[in-house]
Amino acid sequence: MWRWFHKLGSPKWFYAISGRWLPWFAVAALLLLSVGTVWALMFAPADYQQGNSFRIIYIHVPAAFLAQSGYVIMAVAGAVGLIWKMKLADVMAKCCAPIGASFTFLALVTGAIWGKPTWGAWWVWDARLTSMLVLLFLYLGVVALQSAFTDRNQAARASALLSLVGLVNIPIIKYSVEWWNTLHQPASLTLTEKPAMPAEMWVPLLIMVAGFYCFFSVVLLMRARVELLDRERRTGWVKDIISSGKS
Amino acid sequence: MYFESFSEFLAMGGHGKYVWIAYGLTAVIFALNLMTPMLKRKRLIAEQIRQLRREKLHASDS
Amino acid sequence: MTAQVDVMPVKRGIFTAMIRRDLTAAFRHPSDLINPLIFFVVVVTLFPLAVTPESDFLREIAPGVLWVSALLATLLSLDMLFQSDFQDGTLEQMLLSPQPLYSTILAKVATHWLLSGLPLTLLSPLLAMMLFLSGEGTQALMLTLLLGTPILSFIGAIGSALTVGLRKTGLLLSLLVLPLYIPVLIFASGAVQAAVAGLPIAGHLALLGALLALAVVLAPLAIATALRISLSG
Repeated sequence: MWRWFHKLGSPKWFYAISGRWLPWFAVAALLLLSVGTVWALMFAPADYQQGNSFRIIYIHVPAAFLAQSGYVIMAVAGAVGLIWKMKLADVMAKCCAPIGASFTFLALVTGAIWGKPTWGAWWVWDARLTSMLVLLFLYLGVVALQSAFTDRNQAARASALLSLVGLVNIPIIKYSVEWWNTLHQPASLTLTEKPAMPAEMWVPLLIMVAGFYCFFSVVLLMRARVELLDRERRTGWVKDIISSGKS
Repeated sequence: MYFESFSEFLAMGGHGKYVWIAYGLTAVIFALNLMTPMLKRKRLIAEQIRQLRREKLHASDS
Repeated sequence: MTAQVDVMPVKRGIFTAMIRRDLTAAFRHPSDLINPLIFFVVVVTLFPLAVTPESDFLREIAPGVLWVSALLATLLSLDMLFQSDFQDGTLEQMLLSPQPLYSTILAKVATHWLLSGLPLTLLSPLLAMMLFLSGEGTQALMLTLLLGTPILSFIGAIGSALTVGLRKTGLLLSLLVLPLYIPVLIFASGAVQAAVAGLPIAGHLALLGALLALAVVLAPLAIATALRISLSG
């Protein structure tokens, strides 16, 4: 186990092994997402109260999950890079940020689109959407901080610290937003009625969540590999890859 | 099949535009997430090939 | 000087010495001190001008407006924390010195609060009156500002430390710090609103107190790390 951790310190090793994993994740993602989407759109029942717009849940919930997990992964990777000075961890953290931000954006917009037929407004200040908006700001802060530094290592350390500070704050922010929401919308109808979901609804949801996670891994690995090629461009193994063309 | 016909499928019981915009946006975001590293990689490799060629020229000169 | 031998006097020494030094330095540029206060007043004034001077409306939005304005004024004042020390090399000295960094940072944040949060708190009753906030509301406002502005100083210091070496930090600093300010804003303005409605605010104040305690313990660690990162470039 420790040897594996040591190996992670080698970008070359990671590049090779991620190259082998990538197709599997890609196939899994494709399979899960196609099955999930078809099921969500064509076979799952419509909601009793919300009708067919309920189908948006099959995108909104996975996107929201990924938005939150993405931040945790980014913060943990940043912490590993900060504490153990591991280049690969820095690379992973850097690549997580834009992907996570895009999923947060997706969760927000699908949430808003869902809200329109359900509540009649394009935007509602309910606890979940508001927390998601704040999460987007946290992501954008990390991205902005990353690009503000010219030194790559400094950028990695600074954004790692910021994402850790954000991570500690996320539960506090969530609690405060929920508390604020109960004050102003006492009888709030939550978008996802989790307890009352029959199997025809939560199975495709689970499939979509798994598909989204696989997709996230695919895109993360792709970005990380490119970033590694960029960082290690002066090394022999990268030069070999470039001159041999692809792979 | 939940829907009786294709037109019903598209209409989604009146919520068609919401559902399809949401799913469409998802497709766009997925596509962007896929394309960005692919394009970046192409650009990087092309740039590096040029750079290596330049260095080889300089090496043969000196 | 063998600072390790007798830690307590040295700790107290550096804390008060730093505060004294920063306060004297700050009072040499009194315009910097007044700016956040002027901003506070101006922003509050904008609302009746922009919407309506009706007392009913202003009374309702007063808690939020006052707190948001105080928050933004604090944000503006974060520059003074580390910028000048960074530019003249004092910051580097601080990191290299044998004095405990925790005390140094605590002193800096305390000074910042004394020069921004405290004056804002003292000025707030005047602005509360201008927005027709009730007596209980004003009381709650001052209490929440007293508890809340130190938290803002601590959190702001983290952002300030992260961006101290960068150019054009203004907008970036706001983006980094404002999401982190949200819980304080929610609990504080919630407390003022509750007070206006005649409800007890002990719970709100306790929450703010807890956040302050958390900030005092955790923030200096983050600030120190951020300073080291910023100065390593």
